[in-house]
Amino acid sequence: MNENQTNRLKQQALKIGHLVGLFIAMAIICLPGLWIVLSSLRPTVEIMAKPPVWIPQSLSFDAYVAMFSGVGQGGIPVLDYFRNSIIISVTSTVIALAIGMAGGYAFARYQFRGKTAIFLGFMLTRTVPGIALSLPLFFVYAKLGIIDTHFGLIIAYVALNVPFTVWLIDGFFRQVPRDLAEAAQIDGCTRWQAFWQVEFPLARSGIASAGIFAFLISWNEFALASQLTRSTNSKTLPVGLLDYTAEFTIDWRGMCALAVVMIIPALTLTFIVQKHLVSGLTSGAVKG
Amino acid sequence: MRGWKPAPHVLLLLPAFVVLAAVVVVPLLLSLYSSFTPFRLTRPDTIYTFIGFRNYQRLFADMEFWAAFGRTVLLLTIALNLEMVLGLFLALLVEKATRGQRLLRTIMMFPMMFSPILVGFQFKFMFNDNIGLVNNALQSLGLTDQAIPWLIDGKLAFTSILIAEVWSSTSVFAIFILAGLMAMPKEPLEAAKVDGCTPLQSFRYVTWPFIMPFAFIAMTIRSLDIARAYDIVKIMTDGGPAKRTEILWTLISRTAYSDARMGLANAMAYVAIFLSILFTVMFFRQLAKARQQIGAEW
Repeated sequence: MNENQTNRLKQQALKIGHLVGLFIAMAIICLPGLWIVLSSLRPTVEIMAKPPVWIPQSLSFDAYVAMFSGVGQGGIPVLDYFRNSIIISVTSTVIALAIGMAGGYAFARYQFRGKTAIFLGFMLTRTVPGIALSLPLFFVYAKLGIIDTHFGLIIAYVALNVPFTVWLIDGFFRQVPRDLAEAAQIDGCTRWQAFWQVEFPLARSGIASAGIFAFLISWNEFALASQLTRSTNSKTLPVGLLDYTAEFTIDWRGMCALAVVMIIPALTLTFIVQKHLVSGLTSGAVKG
Repeated sequence: MRGWKPAPHVLLLLPAFVVLAAVVVVPLLLSLYSSFTPFRLTRPDTIYTFIGFRNYQRLFADMEFWAAFGRTVLLLTIALNLEMVLGLFLALLVEKATRGQRLLRTIMMFPMMFSPILVGFQFKFMFNDNIGLVNNALQSLGLTDQAIPWLIDGKLAFTSILIAEVWSSTSVFAIFILAGLMAMPKEPLEAAKVDGCTPLQSFRYVTWPFIMPFAFIAMTIRSLDIARAYDIVKIMTDGGPAKRTEILWTLISRTAYSDARMGLANAMAYVAIFLSILFTVMFFRQLAKARQQIGAEW
């Protein structure tokens, strides 16, 4: 009886400990983001207040209104940056997906010599740090006259994304049984038709998540963009964020608002793909 | 396939090859060449002067460079190990949860969506000595009455950067380890329990070997992107105060763009590239080993 009781106590203690641990972990994860959202809604006076104001007295969307009503808010053309970010991310994602589908299909369906080596080679191109890559690209782009253009950044991001899209899409095509396409071919489809009518639809959701992954990489990229862009012609949002930092002063509220604008598309898109992303990366890597 | 047609896999892989060659390989060869010249952006014709290994000699004799190098390795080693351990704990916590697992998993992914530049900014904001959340909280709780100079003191700045880095990437590990935990069959665990294993033993000898490959996948993915620390450092301290948090990548960008010494910067860049490749190859090897252990075919 006594032993039973101690056991039950022990279990309850464990349960409570688990809940507390979980709560603390989640709080640490969420707090920074929530703090930014809150700060973007508060007036600057309150952010700067000493001693700190913990309970917000007045909340407003002023920072957002100022940001999107043209060049207000310290002269930062957020709309241009937003447009550049969208154009560059979407175009590079579409191209990287097309290339990744071709490459991933080749890896998943054909046997050829040096397969592992080629795959590893693709991955190694991804290890080159953005800033190291930016040096020669800067030079080449300057020669070609494509610095500060959408085109330059787009092809750079395509190259950045191809290794990952190949890896992910390879994993998704592997999950589609080979027999299906073969059956379709026996029924009179060409290989091309079999691909589009049988294999592609089955791998579609996976391919979509590879696309979102690529989009996020381009959307968030900073090291290359900060060197290869100059003006509102092609500056993207991550680079634009730096506009808020002057030598000694930082417009914290404006920066927070821009941060929220940047995170919302990323947030929505990641929620959509979370399941596929992990399964694609693991099936590509674990099953080889 | 007829003889004169290229094999289909060659055709399919061709676009990927072309893009990677044009944007990565060829520029890198160019930068390899320019690391043997005294190339300065301000004087374009210096690219034709060949000076052999002088840049590298200069580099290897430069204490500042070695300090940045050591700091980078230190930062990455601590960060990756911490991320692995914390990610494991986080995954175990979430896996044990009986209710709301979907929600917990979603929250867990939260830091992954943050662009590194945003992570840097938000921690810069929170660690601000005057108006930051951390100092405000410490002062309101009465733990300290002065402003702790998180980003101004060299050691503290390094710690702050480390915290930002760990915050942003622990979830990568947590997600993959959680995927492993959820894919794990339950029978071996029950068998271990019946055979009288303590929870610790069954974790060590049953669970851990199974989830190891997943942890190494996360490691590999992380190692492909270790340079994201550049974004965080760039915005949090920009290598300051007095170069106390200068890492390889910030040093490269400063040498190349502020000092306009491209040749020297390219030499540094090659050291940074080899460092990244080293990390990646290390983890790929571990991944291959772990994969063999669970008996998956290559």
